This record gives sequence, structure tokens and C-alpha cells, in this order.
Amino acid sequence: MTDEAQQSGTPGPGDLVRRHRLSTRLWHWVNAGVMVILLGSGLTIFNAHPRLYWGQYGADPDPAWLQIGATETDGVLILGERQFVTTGVLGKSTRADGKEANLAFPSWATIPTNYNLGLARRWHLTFAWAFAGITVLYGLWSLVNRHFWHDLVPERGELAPGHILRDIADHARLRFPRGLAALRYNILQKGAYLSVLVILIPGMILTGMTMSPGFDAMFPWLLDLFGGRQTARSLHFLFAFGLVLFFLIHMAMVLLAGPFNEVRSMITGKFRLPRERS
Amino acid sequence: MSSLLTRRRLLTLAAPAVLLGCDTLGRAPRFHDMVLKTGEWLSYRSQRLLGSESLAREFDPSQMSPEFRTNGSVSGGSPAYKALLQNGFADWSLPVTGLVNRPLTLTLADLRARPARTQITRHDCVEGWSAIGKWTGAPLGAILKDAGVMPAARYVVFQCYDTLGFSPYYESIDLVDAFHPQTLLAYDMNDAPLTEGHGAPVRLRVERQLGYKQAKFIKAIDVVDNLAGIGMGKGGYWEDQGDYDWYAGI
Repeated sequence: MTDEAQQSGTPGPGDLVRRHRLSTRLWHWVNAGVMVILLGSGLTIFNAHPRLYWGQYGADPDPAWLQIGATETDGVLILGERQFVTTGVLGKSTRADGKEANLAFPSWATIPTNYNLGLARRWHLTFAWAFAGITVLYGLWSLVNRHFWHDLVPERGELAPGHILRDIADHARLRFPRGLAALRYNILQKGAYLSVLVILIPGMILTGMTMSPGFDAMFPWLLDLFGGRQTARSLHFLFAFGLVLFFLIHMAMVLLAGPFNEVRSMITGKFRLPRERS
Repeated sequence: MSSLLTRRRLLTLAAPAVLLGCDTLGRAPRFHDMVLKTGEWLSYRSQRLLGSESLAREFDPSQMSPEFRTNGSVSGGSPAYKALLQNGFADWSLPVTGLVNRPLTLTLADLRARPARTQITRHDCVEGWSAIGKWTGAPLGAILKDAGVMPAARYVVFQCYDTLGFSPYYESIDLVDAFHPQTLLAYDMNDAPLTEGHGAPVRLRVERQLGYKQAKFIKAIDVVDNLAGIGMGKGGYWEDQGDYDWYAGI
């Protein structure tokens, strides 16, 4: 049976059914590419000054809550009072040309791979505009086509503690929804996708703008919203790693839920309904 | 299982491929100029369109950095500069030339005699750090008005005493920033004359742009209609040497 089944009535297990809209699929892949570029170039920019602060100002004489640096022999990550040796990855690592370099993030993770702040800023700020553009377009379109309300906002019963706990327990035992339930996002998915769409992505854009002296003059409320340029810079970094964490969980879930079916549904839009457990 | 392995292998190959692809594209002049310069263009156009008059945040004295670090050149360098420094800049004077009806030469005493503005603002380095300091100086716009800027003028160029690498420092801004009320030729910092490390006797404050635009050790001001003849043509030392944005409002 194929998607004709959908037209003839309720689709059953094993049927190929429509799952993701074209707008979602398009945004998903463009966004994935843009985010890789933003992360890589963002790490190069961080390498220019690998210290993070809270407040309106923050520079070398001021206390940093996070610092990546190097001693003679080791790369170190300093978090407040605690120091971790991170040689090989953070602080001190081997470049593509085989030489050892004191870089906060290693050259194999950065765009461009040889440290170049000016070029990294061109990559980052050009693709930041693209990122902001597709976020606004996709956000508005998701309101218009009701994707946001229909698929993402939790229904009343889904927020009951019992329901959320059961969903967590199901995920922990890797018991993913089967049959028709697999077509709808479960409450943990809704929570994850909403926190990316409503908190992390707008947060990345707004904290990014708060680091711009020009946008601060145009929108001074940005400085009040985040409590200063250096706080915004710290949050920009934390939100970015929130997105990296989301990406890792997202990859794990796709692999566990059946990568072929999941990736196909994000490319062609068609999803084969998993059979019910017998 | 086999498909999983190939996919994983694909991922381990894909990540370096993306980075190497970006390296190659970044080196391609056409991609660099047609794609990677779009961000600067959009930032410049949007900030000029929607906020050319907006003021940078001014802070309370209690919000100032306890220590304002120096950066870039911390010395004016040349023997000629050292002689000026030793004499308390009594012999320093600033020519304002180019596309102006009345070229000026201003001494430090002339600058200090002009109406002054004091502002506590945030200095943002391109590297990511910020420091808040108090600046006093003569608004550049009023000086340019006195000199009478010609209609063909587009940019104001600052030539500096300090040398980075083998070239003297230079910077340029457009007329919107040049006439912005917070744009100063600053001679005092934190209630004291500018130190050598911060660009004595006079540095530029252009508060809605990054630190490398705030030219130190200013030697001469030139009003021009294009940037082609300045340095290597991109309007500033770092713009020429390090591919930095000419418009550094972001």
C-alpha cells in the first residue's frame, strides 16, 4: 500500500504518508547548512578573544567566567575557579599543517581553518543575515499555515505532569510512537523544537545584534534586555552550544527512530508509518 | 547496519569537506566579493537607512571599566612623534584639507578652546572585548562645518603617526558618522589628557563602530570623494591588511 491508502481513508501501519511540509523541509536543510557556517566562523571569532564576561564591559583586566588558554605545555579551560586540562582540543591543538598552535578552538573546527578574523567575520555576518532572514520568513509562514499552532504548541493534556513523565520514560526505554501517533510530534519533541524556534534561534539573533555597536544605538532596549554587550556575548556562546546539544540529541533520535525513514520524510516529505508493536 | 556505517563514514568525511570547501570559497575572489561582502553591505545600508541619527548608549560614571586596556599601537613611534610628545604637543598641529573650502590647521590649544563634548561610552574591539571610558573632545562635525565641506565630499580620512607593520595607520569614515554628534576628536580620556598608549594627543571617537575605526595619534585629516588613493584602496589599515569590514557597525 502507498499513499493511495491515505486518500481512501485512515492510513495504516506500513503506509507511506505525507509528514513534513515543503516549507519545513526547505527551511530545515537551508538552516542546517547556514548553522554549520555560523558555528565554524563563530568559533574563529571566539578564538580572537577566548574569554567571556557578564555585564556591559569586559576585557583582559576584568574577571572572566570562562576562559580558554594555554600554558607552556597544556591547553586549559578555566571555568570560574576551576581549571581543566584540554590539550589537543581546547587551548592547544594540532593544525592541519601538523604544527602545534595555541588556539582556543582547534583549527579543524573553525572557518576558515587557518585563523583569519576578518574573513571569519565576513562568513559569519553574511550568513547571520541569511539566518535572520530565513528565521523571520519561516516563523511568519509557520504562523500563517498554522504549523506553529497545529504541530508545535502543546495541547492541554500534553502538559500534564503524568503525560510528560510517561513520555520521558518511553524515550528512556527507546519506545518511540508507532502507527498514527508517529505522525504527530510527541511532547518532548514539541518542547525541543519550540525551545529551538522560540528561545535559541531568536536568542542567537538578538544577542548577536546586541554585540553590534550600530544596532545598540538603533535599538538601545537590546542592552537592557540582556544586561549588556558582554552578557549578550556570553549568552550568544551559551545559546550556540544549546544548539549544538540539540543537534547531537536530534542526530541520536534520528538514528534510533530509523534514519532512512526519518531522513526521507525530511527530503521527500513522505514517511512510512511504523507498525504497531505486537 | 551497513547503511549506518556508510552514513557515519559519510559524516566523518562531510565535516572536513565543508570546512575545506569554505576555505576554498573564502580564497576565491569572486565569491569573496560577491557573496562574503554582502553582510557588510546589508549592515551598512540597514543601519544608515533606519538609524543614521541614533545615538550610542552613554553610561553612568559608576559603569566605567576600572581599567581601560590599550590595544593596537601603544606608541606613536617615530622620532618626530617622540619630539612632539616630549614637548607636550605644543608643536603639534592638525591640518584639515582636501575637499574643503577653507583648509584649517588646528593646534591642540585651538582644539581645547572649541566647544567640547564629554561622553561615557563603550569601546568595542573587533576581537570581542569591551571597555567603558569617558571621552572629552571637539565634535568633528563642527570642525568640518568651519572648513566648509564641498558637495563632492564623501569620506573623511585620518592619517596617523603610528606605524603597524611597515605602514602608517590610517582610517576613514563616511559623512554621516563624521557629522554625528558623538563623533569627537578626543583629547581627554577619563578626565586626564590622552596618554600615549591611548593615542595622544588626539584620537577619533566614532561611537557606533568598532575599535579599529577609532584612529589614534591623529596627524592629518583629509576630506575626499573616494577611497581609491588611500593605502591599498579599502579605506583603512586593517581593511587593507586583514580583510576587515570598512563599515564596522557590527
